Parts: sequence; structure tokens; C-alpha cells
Amino acid sequence: MASHEDTIIQVRNFTAAYGDSVVIDDISFDVHRGEIFVILGGSGCGKSTLLKHMIGLYEPKTGSIAFGGDDIVTARGDKRVEILRRFGVMYQLGALFGSMTLLENVRLPLEEYTDLPPDAMDLIATTKLDLVGLREFAGHMPAEISGGMQKRAAIARAMALDPGILFLDEPSAGLDPITSAELDDLIKRLSRSLQITFVIVTHELPSIYAIANRVIMLDKRVKKIVADGDPNDLRENSDNPWVRQFFNRQAEEHSKP
Amino acid sequence: MPLTTGVNEDSGVAPVGGTWNLSPIEWPMSPSEVSSLSHQIEDGDAGRVLALAGRLDADSTGAVWTDLARAVETAPGSIVIHAEKVDYCDGFGAGLLLDLQRRALAKGRALRIEGLQPAFQEMVGAFDPEHYKTLDIGRGAQTSAVTSIGQAATDVVKDLRGFVTFIGELALALIWAVRNPRSVRWKDAIRTAEVAGADALPVVVLVGFLIGFVMAFQSAIPMREYGADVFVASLVGLAMVRELGPIMTAVALAGRSGAAFAAELGTMKVNEEISALTTMGLSPARFLIVPRVIAAVLMTPILTIFANAAGIAGGYIVFISLGHPTVLFQEQLRLYIDMNDLMGGLIKAFVFGMIVAGVGCMRGLQTTTGASAVGRSTTSAVVSSIVIVSLTDGLFSVIYFFLDF
Repeated sequence: MASHEDTIIQVRNFTAAYGDSVVIDDISFDVHRGEIFVILGGSGCGKSTLLKHMIGLYEPKTGSIAFGGDDIVTARGDKRVEILRRFGVMYQLGALFGSMTLLENVRLPLEEYTDLPPDAMDLIATTKLDLVGLREFAGHMPAEISGGMQKRAAIARAMALDPGILFLDEPSAGLDPITSAELDDLIKRLSRSLQITFVIVTHELPSIYAIANRVIMLDKRVKKIVADGDPNDLRENSDNPWVRQFFNRQAEEHSKP
Repeated sequence: MPLTTGVNEDSGVAPVGGTWNLSPIEWPMSPSEVSSLSHQIEDGDAGRVLALAGRLDADSTGAVWTDLARAVETAPGSIVIHAEKVDYCDGFGAGLLLDLQRRALAKGRALRIEGLQPAFQEMVGAFDPEHYKTLDIGRGAQTSAVTSIGQAATDVVKDLRGFVTFIGELALALIWAVRNPRSVRWKDAIRTAEVAGADALPVVVLVGFLIGFVMAFQSAIPMREYGADVFVASLVGLAMVRELGPIMTAVALAGRSGAAFAAELGTMKVNEEISALTTMGLSPARFLIVPRVIAAVLMTPILTIFANAAGIAGGYIVFISLGHPTVLFQEQLRLYIDMNDLMGGLIKAFVFGMIVAGVGCMRGLQTTTGASAVGRSTTSAVVSSIVIVSLTDGLFSVIYFFLDF
């Protein structure tokens, strides 16, 4: 497991609400450098909401989300762009630009944020596609490749500017177990070789056991974090029965007929 | 011949790994400089020496990339890169070193990287320069002009074939609708009629009025010189009723509703709603196209009547402002326009409505995947509609001429 001295994201007293309905109520946690950090919970518990707040798409009701001391909630203008550049995001369906080839998709952030010569951009973009095993498909349009490949290409695009943090929203959703396992391997490899910190929203248990070295679990009834730790450890030793149930894939008592 | 470029703030730090075994290089340093990477190029006994210091990242590599690439390509012999003073290297640094390696490889020069920290070495080693000797970025092979022309011709033929098939399908669906009027989705047809017909009324009336007004005004000036300005009434009336009313209504319908049909059906296609209909055993033609075509076919003649009336009203305003009495206007219209002219125009409008709705739906159903596909379908729906309406209008002129209509 990664060293825990090094806090890379600091979430403090975070409350998220849609109008008057509070989804997450006053939670605080840290993400440490090099971790594969999984946000977990049942449907509707606010996992994706939390992720969208962390990447600055939504503004929290209260609280702060700091990247290395810089709060993304209050940052504006150039400062905000500078924070946004520190992380990459893979959206649930890839969100590749359909009118561009994979290479052009990966090249886009390079064109906007670096002063590299054009052939250097091609080379860098190609290395990113190489890292996710899609070099041969550089000239393909997103519509011409499979869903799993689209997600890998989306990871390559998220890595274009070499961010230290990658946010992945449901990376395994809609993928077959083999493709999903390949994606898990890719995440582990990138984490190991590039020391990228991953923040992943998922509820695929096999995937969580395979990759996560820390999970936090949200519960929609209390709107708080109900578990925080190593998934294998939580499965066996959590003092919260609902958490153990979740990890052991048992249906909830009250949902049984 | 020392070529010294690049200035930095960090380069003053002690070498991080290995020993600095070069003849001492004086790093141009100044704390006020913001660039965080510096490089020096020197030719020595061991070949060309490139010394790097500082951070190799997204912000710093751009400024030195071209210089270093040129230094490698113009090197007289082997190349050594001293990277002891590199204290940070990410994918961009790895990319830069990979680029230098592959350029040296292409020129047949030996290139050695010395003193790079093991952590960074791993990253650079992840890419084999051999594999990057040629950078195939897959932009697709260039096609020759002959191939492009052939491709375009094939596409036109394919498009025509699709069109004929669609006309057949539409005809079958309409015959089915006539035979089974109870099965037609009248609710959808009425909703579409409201959106495509009633909601289009203001724009059709406005454009019709302005066309009548402008045409009367522009023609009245020269006609007046010959004392023929009373004929403005029949000119506007005939032109509106026979030609401009139906055509203009069809163009407005193509822009409003044809485009909307294409976008709506195209989005349904992209969202696999069309597939869902098909697998439920429902025909998209009957379910989606028939109500839209019925709505458009019923609404276009009605809109045309309004357009004609508005155009004639525009002409009338110009006519009376020229000092002629209203009764003369009425007389002119009665003399020169008969029921045949009006019906001829409305028959055209009926056909144009079918064309616009049919083509809009057809283009929608032909949508491929991706966000831009719906845009393409919408564009081609409007363009195809206008082209086909114009051609059909020409055809009508010939038919009416021979029928003496």
C-alpha cells in the first residue's frame, strides 16, 4: 500500500445538495499520493455526485476540496485551470469526441496547453495510446472501436497532460468480465509505473478487490461515510453489518419479500 | 563550439544521481528566470553532448524540443545525453528522450542516455525507439482524385438507390395507412401537424407577405414607365399562386420541420430507439414516418393558401399606394387567375409536403453513429429537400405546359 504521509486531495466538511435535498452530509476524508482510492456505495448514495464535485463540475453546499492545498471550490480563472490540469477524468461512457480520431482526441489537450512542435504532439499522443494498448487504432474514430477500447482511449486522453491524479467514473460499467479485468490490470500498471493516484467510482466488487487499496463507502440513509479502509479487511472485520453485507453481496433484509 | 541555450531556476541544484563527469559546464542561472529546464549542446571527443538539467515536463519540453531534435539530427557522430541534473521527468520527458532516440536511430547514430534516475529510466524504457522509428499516426491513406471521384459517384448511386427504396417503403406504408386508418397513430399526426403547420404560420405569412410586397414594388417601378403598373396585381397574384407560394412554403417547411424530423429520428436511431421499435415488430415507417408525412401533406397546402393570401396582400398594399383603386386590383386578379392556377399550386404544395417530410424522415433513419452524424443528417435533409423540391417544380412546369393547365 502506498505511503499515507502524502495527502494529495483533502476533502473537509463537504456537504452536497440538490436544492434542499441533501445527498451527502458533512463528510471529510483524505486521498493519499499513489493510492487507488475507490468511492463505493449503493445506487443513489451520491458516489457520482461526490466525484463530480471533486472534479469541479458542481459546487458543494459547504466544505472544501483541496488539491495540494488549493481549494477547487473557491479557485477562479487561471488558478482554477491550473488545478484542473493536475487531474484527468474518464467519464462513464468515455466521452470521446466523436468527430475526431483517437489520436486527435488525445492530442487536443496537448494542443491547448503545451507549446510542443506538432510532430512532438503526435509522438506524445501516440505514447499515451501505446500505454493503454491502442496504438494501432490511433487513426480510428471512436464509433469504430468497442466500448472497452473507448474507455481505454478515454483514459489515454485523461493522461494526455500527465496528471498526477486520474478520476474514473464507473470504469467497468457495461464491460464484460474479461475486458473489465483488462482495464483493472491497466489501472494497476499505470498506478505502479507512473505513480498515478486513482479515484474511482464503482460498485463492481471483483474489480474493487483486484485494484483498490482503499475504499470509502457512502450510505444513502445516513448520507455519510460508513466505512473507510482496505476492502478485504472491511469485508471481514467491519463492525457495520450493512458494510459486511454489501461486501458479501447479500441482499438487504428489508428488501427481501 | 558550445551552443548554449535555455535558462532556468532549478539548474543550480546539485546533480541528483550519478557523477557529473563532463568537463564543467557553466549553467546560465538566474533565480528570476521561470523556465525550469535548461540544456547545453557541445561537441567533444566523445561526440555531441547534450546536457539537460531541471524538469522535463509538459511546460518545459516544448521550448527545447526542436533545438534538441535538430542537435541530434545534425550530430556528426555519436550522441551522449547527460541527464544527471534532471530532477523530474514525466511522460513528456519520456516522449522527448524517445523522440531523440528515434531520430538518432533514423540517422544511424548511436545515442546514449547517462545518469538518468532509475525511476525515470523505467518510464523512458517503457517505449522501444525501434517501434517508433516511423510514426504512423493513422490519418488514413491519401486517396487520389480518380478514387475520390469514383467514390463520390458510387455514393450518389447508393444514395439514389436508397431513395428509391425509401419511396417504395413510404408508398407501402401509406397504402397500409389508407387501408387501416384506425391503426394510424393520429395523435402523433395531430401533434406533428400542430408543430409543422400551425406553429409555422407566422413565418410563412411573414415571408409570403414580404415576397409579394417586394416583388410588387420592384416590378412597379419599371412597369410604371410603360403605364403597365396595373398589371402588378396579376403579376404578384399569378407568381404567388402558381410558383412562389408552394415553393416558399416548402422551403420554410424543409428548414423548420424537415430538419426537425431528421434530427428527431436521427437521435432516436443513435439511441437505438429505432432498433427497439424494429425488435418489437413495429415498422419504423408506419410508426414514425406515416404520421409525419400525413401531417406535412395536409398542412403544406393550407400553409400555401396562407402564403398566397399574404403575398397578394403585400402586392395589394403596393398597388393601392400607387394610386389605383381596390376594385381594379380585384378585377386584375379575376381576369388573370383562375381556379386551375390555384389548384395547380396546391397540388404542387401537396407533393412538396410529401417530399419534405419523406426526405427529412429518410435522412433521419440514415443517421450513422456519433454526435456529428445527427448534424449531417439534418443538413442533408434540408439540402436534399430543397434540391428535390426545385427539380419537382421544374417537372410540374413541363407537365402543366403539356396539359395546358
